[in-house]
Amino acid sequence: MTRFLKHFRYVMGENPVTVFAFSLFTVILFMGIFGHWIAPYDPLATNTAMTLKPPSWSHPFGTDHLGRDVFSRVIVATRLDLGIAVSAVALSFLIGSALGCSAGFWGGWPDRIIGRFSDTIMAFPLFVLAMGIVAAMGNSVENIIYATAIINLPFYIRVSRTEASVRRNAGYVNAARLSGCTDGRILATQVFPNILPPMMIQISLNMGWAILNAAGLSFIGLGVRPPDAEWGIMVAEGATYIVSGEWWLALFPGAALMTAVFCFNLLGDGLRDLVDPLRRT
Amino acid sequence: MDKTPFLNVDELSVEFRTRNGIVQALEKVSLHVEKGEVLGVVGESGSGKSVTAYTAIGLLDAAGEASHGTVTFDGMPLTDAREADLRDLRGREISMIFQNPRAALNPIRPVGKQIEDVLLRHVQATRQTARDKAVAMLKKVKIVEPEQRYWSYPFELSGGMCQRVMIAIALACDPRLLIADEPTTGLDVTTQKATMDLIRELTREQNMSVVLITHDLGMAAAYCDRLVVMQKGRVVESAPVNDLFAAPQHPYTKKLIAASPGPNSTLEELTAVPDEMETANMAQPNVAPLPKRPKTAEPEKLLEVIDLVKEFPIKSDNVSLLPWRNNGQEEQAFRAVDGISFSMMRGESLGLVGESGCGKSTTSNIITRLMDPTSGDVIFDHRNITTHSAAKFARLPERMKIQMVFQDPTESLNPRYSARQSIAQPLRHLKGLRNRKEIATKVDALAELVGLPGNLLDRFPHQLSGGQKARVGIARSIAVDPLLLVLDEPTSALDVSVQAVVLQLLDQLKRDLGMSYIFVSHDLNVVRLLCERVIVMNRGKIIETGTADEVLNNPEEAYTKTLVEAIPHFEPRTEIERQVSAL
Amino acid sequence: MRTKLHQVGRRLLQALPSVFGVVVISFALTRALPGDPAIYFAGAMADKESIEQVRIALGLDRSWLEQFFIYVGNLFKGDMGLSLSTGQPVLQELLTRLPASLELTFIGLGLAVLLAVPLGILAATHPGSWIDHVCRVLVTAGVSLPTFFTGLFLIYIFYYLLGWAPSPLGRLDILYLSPPTVTGFYTIDSLLARDGETFISSLKQLILPAFTLGLFALAPIARMTRGGMLGALSSDYVRTARANGLARATVLLTYAFRNAALPLLTTLGMVFSFLLGANVLVEKVFSWPGIGSFAIEALVASDYAAVQGFVLTMALLFVVVNLTIDVILTLTDPRVGLDD
Repeated sequence: MTRFLKHFRYVMGENPVTVFAFSLFTVILFMGIFGHWIAPYDPLATNTAMTLKPPSWSHPFGTDHLGRDVFSRVIVATRLDLGIAVSAVALSFLIGSALGCSAGFWGGWPDRIIGRFSDTIMAFPLFVLAMGIVAAMGNSVENIIYATAIINLPFYIRVSRTEASVRRNAGYVNAARLSGCTDGRILATQVFPNILPPMMIQISLNMGWAILNAAGLSFIGLGVRPPDAEWGIMVAEGATYIVSGEWWLALFPGAALMTAVFCFNLLGDGLRDLVDPLRRT
Repeated sequence: MDKTPFLNVDELSVEFRTRNGIVQALEKVSLHVEKGEVLGVVGESGSGKSVTAYTAIGLLDAAGEASHGTVTFDGMPLTDAREADLRDLRGREISMIFQNPRAALNPIRPVGKQIEDVLLRHVQATRQTARDKAVAMLKKVKIVEPEQRYWSYPFELSGGMCQRVMIAIALACDPRLLIADEPTTGLDVTTQKATMDLIRELTREQNMSVVLITHDLGMAAAYCDRLVVMQKGRVVESAPVNDLFAAPQHPYTKKLIAASPGPNSTLEELTAVPDEMETANMAQPNVAPLPKRPKTAEPEKLLEVIDLVKEFPIKSDNVSLLPWRNNGQEEQAFRAVDGISFSMMRGESLGLVGESGCGKSTTSNIITRLMDPTSGDVIFDHRNITTHSAAKFARLPERMKIQMVFQDPTESLNPRYSARQSIAQPLRHLKGLRNRKEIATKVDALAELVGLPGNLLDRFPHQLSGGQKARVGIARSIAVDPLLLVLDEPTSALDVSVQAVVLQLLDQLKRDLGMSYIFVSHDLNVVRLLCERVIVMNRGKIIETGTADEVLNNPEEAYTKTLVEAIPHFEPRTEIERQVSAL
Repeated sequence: MRTKLHQVGRRLLQALPSVFGVVVISFALTRALPGDPAIYFAGAMADKESIEQVRIALGLDRSWLEQFFIYVGNLFKGDMGLSLSTGQPVLQELLTRLPASLELTFIGLGLAVLLAVPLGILAATHPGSWIDHVCRVLVTAGVSLPTFFTGLFLIYIFYYLLGWAPSPLGRLDILYLSPPTVTGFYTIDSLLARDGETFISSLKQLILPAFTLGLFALAPIARMTRGGMLGALSSDYVRTARANGLARATVLLTYAFRNAALPLLTTLGMVFSFLLGANVLVEKVFSWPGIGSFAIEALVASDYAAVQGFVLTMALLFVVVNLTIDVILTLTDPRVGLDD
C-alpha cells in the first residue's frame, strides 16, 4: 500500500496535467456525493417571479423558465449523471472482461460465439442501438444504464480478449502452469492483473463516453424525466431559449457535462501511468 | 596522397536526451575504414556500435545529438553536412542493411518497386530501364525467378530472401561503402552463412568497403579484415583480426573472446577472465544447503519418448458462417514433430539441436506437458505421462519432477511479481507450502543457490538485469527439486559474457543437485558444453544422435555437416592457414 | 487479380452474419416491449379490434420462430409496418428522409477528414512543436464535446449574436423551393438544376450542422492519423527508406502515409458509427428533417414500428459502410486475406 502511495506521488509529480485531472475528479466526486447539501436552492423549487433571470450574485448561473436556480440544478445533477455512467461502466467492465478474458485465454467455440456476439453489437451505430434498447425496454433510468452497458460491452470484450490471447502462452503463464497452477488460477492471478492497465484506460475513456451517451439520450427525451435535474435534459430545456438569447440555461449544464467528460479523458492517461508497473521505479 | 582514411570517425561523442536526463551514448569514438577493407565493429548490446553507424550517415533520431568529433567520408565532412547532401549520399555512396529484414522493408510495396525507388532517386535508371535493372539486381543477389519475385511483398518471402532484397536495394547504386548492422540476427544459422557469403562475394567484386556491426565474434573473425571492439560507448581495442584473437590487449576483449564458446572451449575457459560487473553484483553461487540426491548406482532410464507426433491445423481459407463450427472442409495439418523416439538416463544431459521450425521447442513443450501430443507416448520415471491431458497434469505429483527454464528471461517473469513471489510460486502451489516464514527461508536458500543477492529479491523484473532475471527463472525452476529440467534456449537472449556465467551456474547445479537436463538450442557449441549426448532435429524428425563431440567434430549426416559448418567461429591459426593457402 | 476478386467475394460473404445478427437483434427489440407488443404497435388510440388485427399481422399469436420468419419475410418485402404518427409505411417515411441525413453526415465526415488528416500528419512530423500541442488539445477536447451542446452554441454565436448563419430550421430557407429530386442531396440536385441561389442557400444551412458533426469526428481521426504516422515514421522500413536517401516526400507519402492510412481506414468505419449516432442529436438541434428527427418524433409519440425501423436502417447502413471499407482494404492492402 505504501508502495502504491509512493508511486501515486511519483506519477503526480511527473505530470501536472494528471494532477489537474485528479483534482477535478475529486471536485466532481465531491459534488456527486454532497451536491444536495451544497446547493444553495432547492433544485426543483419554482419561482414565477424569477423566471429567465441572467446570472447574478444571488443566482450565479441565472434562473430557468420556471425560476429554478440553474446553479443548484447543475450541482445536484452531478450525482445522477455520474451514477448512470459509473453503474453502466461497472456492468460492462465486469461482464465484458470476464467474457473477453475467457474467450482470449481458452479460444475455441466460446471464443467464436463471444466474438460474433460482440461483432453483432458493433454492427449497430451504438447510440442508435441504445435508443432502440431504451425504446424497447421502456423509458426509465435503469434502462438507460442497461443500454449504455450493452453498447460498451464490445470494447471491453475486445480489449480483454486480445490482451488475454497475447498472454495465453507468455513465458510467465507457462511458468505458472509448471508451478502447478490451474487454468482458472492462472487467469485470475497471472493474466487478469496484467491486462488491467489497458482496461483502466478503457474504463476512464469509457466513463466520459458513457456520460455523454446518457446525456445524449436524455437530451432527446429518453430516460430521465423532467423535472429531475440532469445535464442533458437541462441543455435540452435551454435549447429553446438559445435563439432568443437566454444562453445561460444551456451553457452551464453543457459546460459541466463537458468538464466531467474532459476530466475522465485526461484521467485515462494518468491512470495508465499509475497502474503500469513498468514505469514504477 | 592525402592520408585521410576513406571513412574516418574522429573522437565522436553522442548524447541522448531521455526522461532521466542526458545519456552519453558515445564517448570520443575513433575508427576508420580503408578502401576495400572489411571492418568489424563488435561489442555487446548497448555498447554503441549501431549509434556510431547511424551518426556517421546522419540517421540518428531526434533525441540524439553528436556533441563532439567529426566524421569524414572520402575527405568530405559528414557531421555538419546539410540533410539534402546527406540524402544524396545515402544509398548512392554509402548504403546500409539492417537486422530483422522483413520489418525493414515496406510491407505494402512490391520489393521490385522498392529497388526501383532507390534507382530512380539516385538517377541510376530511367523509368524505362528501372524495371529491368531491379530484376537484374534481384538476379544478382541470387533470387530465383526474379521476374516473379519483383512483384512479391515482403510477407510472401522468407527472412533470408528479405535480407537478399535488402542487399539488392543497398547495392543497387554501386555504393562505395556498405554498413551492415547485425545483418543476420534473427536468421537461421545456415541462412546466416549464405547471407554473409553473398555479402562478401558482392562487395569483393566491387572492391567495396564494408563495416560489419555484430555481437558475434565468430562471425567477425570469419568475415572481417580488422576489428574494433566497443564497450559502453568507447572503443577499447582496434586491431587486425588475427592479432586481436592471437593476442588481445584489453581485458574486455580478453573476456569477450574467452566467453564466446568455440568448438574446443571448456566451461571453465568461458569465464577465465573474471567479469567485474557480474561478480560485483552477484553473490557467488553456493550449493551447500540443499540435501544432495542420493546417486543411484546403476544408470536407470529416466525418460523415454516413443513415436511422438504433433500436428497443427493449417488455417483454412474458408469462411465459416456458423461460429460454432469450422467449415466442413478437410483440415490440413502441419506436422511439427513427426514421429520421434529417444530415451535418456537419470543424471544424463541431452542436447536438442536444430534450426527454427525443426520441432525442438514443440518437443520440449510436450515433454514438460505444456502441450498435448497428437500421438505417441512419453514415459517419465516409469510412468506414462501422456495419458493425462496437459490441463490435468498440473495436479499430478509428476508435475514437480519436470520443470523448465524459458528462452526469454524477461518474458518468463510476471511483471507484477517480485523476484521473491516468482520463486515462491511453485513452492506454494506444488509443494503446498503455506507458512510465510518457511517460504521465505526456502526462497532465500534458492537465491543463494543461484547466486542471486538477497537484496534483489524484492525487486520487480524491470528492475533486474538480464543475467539476474535468468537467475530468478532458474531458481524458480529448481525450487521443487525436479528430476528433469528442460532448458529452452536459456541463454539466447543474453549477452555472451552473461551467457558464460549462466552456463557455468547451470553446470554446477546439475552436478550438485543431480538433475538431468534437456538443453534445447540452435547453437551446437553451447550445447556441447553442458550435454554429453546430442540429438539433431530437422523438419520434425531426428536426423542424427551421438555424443556431443562426435556430432560436432565428425557429423555423419549432410544436414548436420552444413549446420556445423555454418556456425561461425574463430580459430586464429586455421584462419591464417586459410589465408596462406589462398595466396 | 482473380484472387483479389475471390477475396472481395469472401468479404461480401462475411457480411452476411452481421446482417443476420442485426436482423435478430432488431427482431428481439420489437418483441422486448414490456406488456403486450400488440398494444404498443397499435398505438394509444387503438380499440380492441385493431389491436387484434395488429396481433395477427405481427403473428404475435404464434411461436417465436414463426414470428421471426414472418418478420424476415416482411423485411424482404420492404415492409417495416406503418408509422402511427403519419399513417405512412415506415420504409417510405425513412427513404424520403434518408438523403437529408446522409448529405449532412457525409459533408460532416468530409470536413473532418480534410482537417484532421493534415493536422495529424503535421503533428506526427513535428513532434513537440506547437502544432503537435494544438493537435493534442483538440483531440482531447474534441472527444469531450457533447455534439448537441456545440451545435447550440454555434447557433448562439453565428445566428443570434453575429447573424451570419441562417435560422437553424431545416435544409433550406423558406424562401426557396427544394430542387427537383435526383439524388435527394439538395446541394447536388440544385447544381444539377443549375440553380445557383438554391445551392448557396442549402450550403448555408448545411455549414453549421456539418461543422458540428465534423468537430466531433475530428478528434478520433486526428488521433489515429497522428498515432499511425508516428508509428510508421519510427518503423524499420522508413529507416531503410531514409538510409537509401529517398526524397522526403517519397518517405512521407509512399512509405509512411500509405502504411498509416490502412488502419486509419478501419477507424473511419468506427467514426462513421459515432457520426450516425451524433447525427440524431444534431438533427434535433438544427431541426434537420432527416431520419434522426423522425426517430425522435416517433419516440415521443411511442411510435415503435417507426423507431425499430429506424434502428434497423441505421444498422444496415453501417454494415454497408463497413463492407465498403473492407472491400477497399482488400483491394489496397496486399496482406489482407492472409492473416485473418
